[in-house]
Amino acid sequence: MSSFLDRVSGRKRSAQNAKERLQLVLIHDRTDITAVELEALKDEILAAISRHVDIDPNAVQIDIERDGREQRLVADIPLRSVARRRTG
Amino acid sequence: MSAKIVTITSGKGGVGKTTAVANIAVALASEGLKVCCLDGDIGLRNLDVVMGLENRIVYDLVDVIEGRCRLRQAMIRDKRLPEMYLIPAAQTRDKSAVSPSDMVRLCEELRSEVDWVLIDSPAGIERGFRNAIAGADQVVIITNPEVSAVRDADRVIGLLEAEEKASPALIINRLNPFMVKNHDMLSAEDVLDLLAIELIGIVPEDENVIVGTNRGTPIALDPKSKAGQAFRNVAKRLLGQTVQFIDLDTQGTLWARIQRLTGTK
Repeated sequence: MSSFLDRVSGRKRSAQNAKERLQLVLIHDRTDITAVELEALKDEILAAISRHVDIDPNAVQIDIERDGREQRLVADIPLRSVARRRTG
Repeated sequence: MSAKIVTITSGKGGVGKTTAVANIAVALASEGLKVCCLDGDIGLRNLDVVMGLENRIVYDLVDVIEGRCRLRQAMIRDKRLPEMYLIPAAQTRDKSAVSPSDMVRLCEELRSEVDWVLIDSPAGIERGFRNAIAGADQVVIITNPEVSAVRDADRVIGLLEAEEKASPALIINRLNPFMVKNHDMLSAEDVLDLLAIELIGIVPEDENVIVGTNRGTPIALDPKSKAGQAFRNVAKRLLGQTVQFIDLDTQGTLWARIQRLTGTK
């Protein structure tokens, strides 16, 4: 009954909460990178890339992903089409 | 004889390290193996009371290391099982009385005495933990399906990786199947997904564990206890046997539900 009410009210059960919070905490514990440092890192990566190619900063996704006990920094950076840039 | 040396550790305190050591030891000894438990929690000894051997202590771990007695004199023999022994921790000393190299030497000496050595690690990640893992062939991490226990377990796994120890195995202790079913407790799958190490045991929450501890009788001696069964299965897996994880599904058949409701199961 309570799970039905939770579904209706859209409230998440606490186990899901625990798992999501742990996923984030473990990434930071394992890499020793805080959320603030990760933001600074993203800004620097973006700045470096935009010096060479034309990118849309809002379309960029940079995150640390978990794969078993390994973490990787995964960046998805769509490049703007060359056709839109001026030639000559 | 050349014993296998296993250390049980957790990072966080109170998740069931001592209970696990006592029960796995009982289970291994019941299989006819010669087992020695070692309480590594110097200054906060407890394995003696959990095993019901507190009245028989003469010498302790620090006495052996400092040469006040021979190894065999500090090995208290359990009366229920002929081949189970305990080396208690010193109660009036602290962790600095022992170094990791002392522990390595002691473990090597024990190796020729028994088949299995189980070391009960103290909580934390400092000297006592370093001592407890120093001589281990295998480390078993025990955790509860709960945020702080899982986080601390992950820290310990990370430290073991940095030490280049063999990958540890995991026991998930005190799992409440009803709470898992209601999605109010991390499931064994969730914990396993987060920690990503080999699973060797899922132990359900069981009030009989407290009853057993009150009496100094590990529940692995009780053939009816579910937690006892789970610890016996851990022992079998340590011995290399393939054992199915016990079914903790709370739904079950209608008949099982009636039995539960009427308290007949």
